[in-house]
Amino acid sequence: MNGRVTTGDIGTAIPLGPIAATDKTIFDHIHSWLVTVDHKRLGLMYIIYALVFFVVAGIEASLIRIQLATPNNHFLSPQVFNQLFTMHGTTMVFLVGMPMIFGFANYLVPLMIGARDLAFPRLNAFGFWLSVFGGLLLYFSFIGGEGMAGAGSAPDVGWFAYAPLTGKAFSKGHSTDYWILGIMIGGFGSIATAANIITTILSMRCRGMTLAKMPLLAWLNLIMCGMVLIAVSPLTAAQIMLLLDRFAGSHFFDTQAGGSATLWMHFFWIFGHPEVYVLIIPAFAFASEIIPVFSRKAIFGYPVMVGATLAIAFVSLSVWAHHMFTIGMTSTGNTFFAISTMMVGIPTGIKIFNWLGTMWGGKLRFDTPMLFSTAFLFQFLIAGLTGIMLAAAPFNWQLNDSYFVIAHFHFVLVGALIFMIFAAVYYWFPKATGRLLSERFGKWHFWLFLIGFHMTFVTMHVPGILGMPRRIYTYEAGRGWGIWNLVCTIGVAFQVIGTLIFVINILLSLRKGRPAGNDPWDAWTLEWSTSSPPPEYNFAEIPTVKSRRPLWDIKHPSDPDWKYE
Amino acid sequence: MNATTATIPFETRGAGAVPLESSADLSPSKGVVGMTCLIIAESAIFTIFVVAYLYYLGKDLSGPTPRQVLDLPILNSICLLSSSATITFALRSLRNGNRKKFNFWWLVTIALGAYFLLGTGREWHHLIHDKGLTIQTNLFGTTFYSLVGLHASHVIIGLLALSIVMAFAITGAVKREHAERVHVLGLYWHFVDVVWVVVFTVVYLIGR
Repeated sequence: MNGRVTTGDIGTAIPLGPIAATDKTIFDHIHSWLVTVDHKRLGLMYIIYALVFFVVAGIEASLIRIQLATPNNHFLSPQVFNQLFTMHGTTMVFLVGMPMIFGFANYLVPLMIGARDLAFPRLNAFGFWLSVFGGLLLYFSFIGGEGMAGAGSAPDVGWFAYAPLTGKAFSKGHSTDYWILGIMIGGFGSIATAANIITTILSMRCRGMTLAKMPLLAWLNLIMCGMVLIAVSPLTAAQIMLLLDRFAGSHFFDTQAGGSATLWMHFFWIFGHPEVYVLIIPAFAFASEIIPVFSRKAIFGYPVMVGATLAIAFVSLSVWAHHMFTIGMTSTGNTFFAISTMMVGIPTGIKIFNWLGTMWGGKLRFDTPMLFSTAFLFQFLIAGLTGIMLAAAPFNWQLNDSYFVIAHFHFVLVGALIFMIFAAVYYWFPKATGRLLSERFGKWHFWLFLIGFHMTFVTMHVPGILGMPRRIYTYEAGRGWGIWNLVCTIGVAFQVIGTLIFVINILLSLRKGRPAGNDPWDAWTLEWSTSSPPPEYNFAEIPTVKSRRPLWDIKHPSDPDWKYE
Repeated sequence: MNATTATIPFETRGAGAVPLESSADLSPSKGVVGMTCLIIAESAIFTIFVVAYLYYLGKDLSGPTPRQVLDLPILNSICLLSSSATITFALRSLRNGNRKKFNFWWLVTIALGAYFLLGTGREWHHLIHDKGLTIQTNLFGTTFYSLVGLHASHVIIGLLALSIVMAFAITGAVKREHAERVHVLGLYWHFVDVVWVVVFTVVYLIGR
């Protein structure tokens, strides 16, 4: 029994029932959340924070789509349109995607590896509050940032903030500074939390859980966090340079003094492309936990899944310039980046086959998490196929910065990531709250969102091929783009209603949802062995595992997994 | 049975270190893994600055050039690099339980780091006042002050951390069982020194 936590540490400290809530005021509750270092509370706060900004950025997207619904529309001014697409992209990547994946990693990783918290709980709280501060700073620009248009102006330089547009000469006022500082501070939080999660996974697994017996979610989050360390830092470095340019008069990206605008593009995409995989690998992680449980089979090809993810992470570090084919690279450069980009398709294809292999011959149960996961498989495949198309440099010269590209990466970020986030919320909500989300609402949410998603983003490929560039605020009537844009915008309405049902579902189910019990899905990983919601200390006794599916072993003592692994 | 958890081949604890939170298992120390993560992230930041330095080398539209104004900071470099040795001596003394010796070597480390910082300050003063090179002058000024300044700011942070440990050491609070934590801080200091080797090579050897 001399494991990593001696019973003396926790002995009498375990509260046996719910802590007396009667003599606590609402302020005590708020205070306890503000000062918490518990990974579950921080995880939930990350997720709620991300959901709030998901709604905000969704509203921004809806405004953009309303503006583009018909030709020669003047619903928004060009200035506001620029701010909206900048803030929509920035928010979705940095204030929705990142906090969402870190929220789930925070909540799930310690529970799944049998630990009581992250390695550095206070650093965890620090990382979260840094992210919050960064996000609020960015949004403060709406009222506090003096831009070209006068007081109160959000950043309008696009989410990748290309030089020299971000130089003092072209971005007067402070709106661009809010973009730099907000994202940079959030980036510090991301790096801190990534280091924390890596340390937790490497140092705090329960007895018997070798790396090869970890749940795939832990593996994939380990790889994702490793990528955060080497991908987010280059952006931080480039932003320091941009800040020096803007405040100290240096010339990194100042083309007048010999500086290079292209260098910013390189630095940004050295961050920006791995960032896509930072966001999508957690989606893979959710799929790798949810699909087996709803197929009633162990994951197909566990070691290959780990290897393929490592391969994706490795290759994705050398593909960044496929965002830059149109700047005119050498043919060697074009060839290298085209081939390396297409190579990502190999490990990704392996993963999709493994998920299908898991479903093949399984006893499929199509509850809401599985519905979203199944849609994810199809949509991610399509996203990958258009990705291969765009990786071919000559094709890319035609369609770069067109709506085809927008459609492609929204298939990745909405069709894959957001769908898997929805799946993950439906799957783990009962663990976090003790109540199931309503299946009826869930099915409405799924079908409406699915229809809306495809109306918007399948259709969006067409105006792209017809030559409609991104980031134009309106267009002429005779281009043949009008009908496609109108369908795109109608699709948004379905997505908005779907999301509304989702939010209502959460709010209603929190109060009236069916009690979930410890293990509503008959699942196999450690988080389902503790109560719902888990106690502050997670496990009264640190578990010992013998296989990748410890709960299967407990439920089927005559036929345990460890005999075969 | 705990042998199964030791799948990471990290050398995590020195011979005399007393493990802090866990007893029998062999999983890597949290401090070392956490610091390694920080070092990886910091290395990526420095890499970008080094790339920018090399990319802009010789692309200035106006003078001065590195050759005209830069002198080799030999003594400075010797001081900083030898502080990596003295911090190792300090750590060894702490592990052996010799706190007086630890205090001595720790103080020497701080002094060497401070001397390095002073040297950088004098170099910058000379460049700005005598040679007229500022961060605004040209691309060389831009990349030089930012890369060397980024490193110097890491030295400052390192010195602050070392000084905090020194303050605890003087009051007698740093004991043998803290060797693990001191070791983790030492890793950061070694990192700052290694970065200087890269910066020295890039700025004063390749770039000059």
